[in-house]
Amino acid sequence: MIEIVDLHKSLGGQDVLRGVNLEVDKGETRVIIGQSGSGKSVLIKHLIGILKPDRGEIYVDGVEITRLREDELQKVTRKFGMLFQGAALFDSLTVGDNVGFGLVRYTDYPPDKIKELVKESLAKVGLRDVENLMPYELSGGMKKRVGLARAIAYRPDIILYDEPSTGIDPIRADAINDLINLMGRELKVTSVVITHDMASCYKVADRISMLYEGKIIETGTPEEIRNSKSQVVQQFIHGQAEGPIKEW
Amino acid sequence: MNSRVRLPLLLPFFQQLGEAGILFGKTVKNMFRRPWEKKIFIQQLESIGVRSLPVVSLTAAFGGLVFGLQTYIGFHRYIGPGSETYGGPIISLGLSKELIPILVGLMVTGRVGSAMAAEIGTMKITEQIDALHSLGANPIQYLIVPRTLASFLMLPILTLYGDIIGITAGFFYNVVIMNVNRIIYLKNTLLYLEIWDIVSGLLKASVFGVIIAIVGCWQGLKAEGGAEGVGRATTRTVVIASISILIFNFFISKALPASLTR
Repeated sequence: MIEIVDLHKSLGGQDVLRGVNLEVDKGETRVIIGQSGSGKSVLIKHLIGILKPDRGEIYVDGVEITRLREDELQKVTRKFGMLFQGAALFDSLTVGDNVGFGLVRYTDYPPDKIKELVKESLAKVGLRDVENLMPYELSGGMKKRVGLARAIAYRPDIILYDEPSTGIDPIRADAINDLINLMGRELKVTSVVITHDMASCYKVADRISMLYEGKIIETGTPEEIRNSKSQVVQQFIHGQAEGPIKEW
Repeated sequence: MNSRVRLPLLLPFFQQLGEAGILFGKTVKNMFRRPWEKKIFIQQLESIGVRSLPVVSLTAAFGGLVFGLQTYIGFHRYIGPGSETYGGPIISLGLSKELIPILVGLMVTGRVGSAMAAEIGTMKITEQIDALHSLGANPIQYLIVPRTLASFLMLPILTLYGDIIGITAGFFYNVVIMNVNRIIYLKNTLLYLEIWDIVSGLLKASVFGVIIAIVGCWQGLKAEGGAEGVGRATTRTVVIASISILIFNFFISKALPASLTR
């Protein structure tokens, strides 16, 4: 479903991605782990065309997306929903308009149907009667959940989660993990999750890939990653300051 | 040797000019694409036009008063008593062709251009621009086209409004305060002032409107580095747009014919 081939990207004179190769199967939940600043967010922004690579290819359902025209790319982005690290809610729109934003653009549904789907998506993330609130009236955790409701509202085939558990309490974080699992099981959604929260990672992942020094250095099931022989992987998953990873 | 030194100095200038030019080109291209963001366009008309009325009223009124004052002094001192009635056309021409379009342009730059840079800059650093993209909205079509069109349309309307206020203020100073003959003052004004004098000022204001919106949006889209970056974007917007308005004003004034009848 998603195939990344030899992806390179430099930002501000730094080589962030140095030849990433990754394949994500349909219906799979793939977690990408790595240190803060290792390029995880840069990687998923390439999947949706927000960033263009310096070199390499990205295939989504067999279509190479890095060289598509803007209008062609928009057809591909319809397949994606994305939960941003800081939720990225539109400040000038109500919660209801935020959640319905993709529905208005991607579907021909009448306003009543859109309202109904907005309510339904908000209920899925545990929120009720918040449609008329403005984003500044929400707590950090609520913003994140509204961001998730917005990402799932138009039923995308692939959902990208950028640090879904960051900035929210452990109980809410676990509820979001359950929701990621539910999306995979119930709606057969393909998920790419970026995190450095290992509890969340083990709970949702079908497979885990570790990004280090601009490359995927290991991929495996949670069990395989736990038993990895790589010292870098072991240092990271156990959160140890001592080890081969010196930059922190 | 000289060319070696000059090129790196000029390179960033041409690079920035190119960036703004590309954004302008993309904005024009996206103006003809659906969907049209009517709601945002109307919001921007209100934000740029209606909310700028108080500041334009004040600057135009005091601009007209001070221009009226200096014209009165000039005629009285150098031509002699009674010649002040010729101040009418001078005031109207100076205000409608130069002073009011520039004052309106600079005021709207400070009020609206900086706000555009701050709003779009904040959206950029909080990933809202990326979110727009992920939700199928082209950020140029959604954010920049409505702002540029609204600014292009509202600047001449504000300028026309400023012309009326400024010319009235000049009339008020000369006729009501300094007792210049009202009939001759008006007759001279109507005799020498052409519609083209007003229209050329409005044309310039339209160009200033585009400059303000493009510079504000461009700097907003370039913002990075948190609140400090947004602050830098707003400051740069005011500086770049103000200087551009003054430079463009000279070249447009030079390019446009002084009169269509004479």
